[in-house]
Amino acid sequence: MSRMDDGELVARLKAGDQAAYAQLVEEQAARIYRLALRMMGNETDAEDVLQETFLSAFRSIDSFEERSSLSTWLYRIATNAALMRLRRKEPEQVSVDEPLERDDGDLLPRQFFDFCCLPEDDLLRDEARAEMLRAIDGLPATLRSVFVLRDIEGLSTEETANALDLSISAVKSRLMRARLKLRERLSTYFSQGPVLPDTRQ
Amino acid sequence: MNAAERPHEHTPENCRRYLGSLGDYIEGTLGVELCHELEAHMVVCENCRVVVNTLAKTISLYHQLPAPELPNAVKERLLAVLDLKPFLQNGTGSEDLQAE
Repeated sequence: MSRMDDGELVARLKAGDQAAYAQLVEEQAARIYRLALRMMGNETDAEDVLQETFLSAFRSIDSFEERSSLSTWLYRIATNAALMRLRRKEPEQVSVDEPLERDDGDLLPRQFFDFCCLPEDDLLRDEARAEMLRAIDGLPATLRSVFVLRDIEGLSTEETANALDLSISAVKSRLMRARLKLRERLSTYFSQGPVLPDTRQ
Repeated sequence: MNAAERPHEHTPENCRRYLGSLGDYIEGTLGVELCHELEAHMVVCENCRVVVNTLAKTISLYHQLPAPELPNAVKERLLAVLDLKPFLQNGTGSEDLQAE
């Protein structure tokens, strides 16, 4: 099967070409799974989101207007699928009218432990990475989606805004909130020193 | 150079004011004037200096997180759900070499 560029791929997807569907899966599934895993925090839900994303994309390919790239469009579908699922699981975390754009009180840094100078071995060990993932799970879903797209998936601010239907300033503000919350949590974690696996509860 | 010399720059109000600019500062997109102001503030405010450094480190640690692979079994089930099983490509290098 020869590779098609985005424009040709979209045309063939719209024509119902099965090989084009397969190419889209081949090119994008790993990325969407990664996003879903970081959003949902577990493999089972991530797989459900992955399947929902492609089923929904294939159903609605006719409405894709090519104002964004195919991959940003898929990110948008996947994030929506993840947020819907999270809303069902943890409705208190994903309120529609969240008061996130104001009230900076809870963002004021409280931890001032400078963990920058810790040995890389401490910062990069498995237990620290597990804590980093738990910290993502601990973010409210609306902050989590911005953080995952920007800082994990590496989308630009504009692409993230496009994928999430947010303004640029809302993306920047939520990203900052997410990063500050993660910094706070990692500071607390690293200030407690290395925890040996056998002493952990 | 210590806080006592320029106490007017080291107040909770100042720290709070700079908080909103840290994202742009770290990404190098903060305006020159505000950038100089923030850097002057960090000279006298150790807390803000630590926050800026650890914030940048936090982002860098997340950038270094290994990306999880798409397990072959998950991909196979996806293609099955989409009725695309005949297109499953073998030998793409994504075989699960390690136990999960």
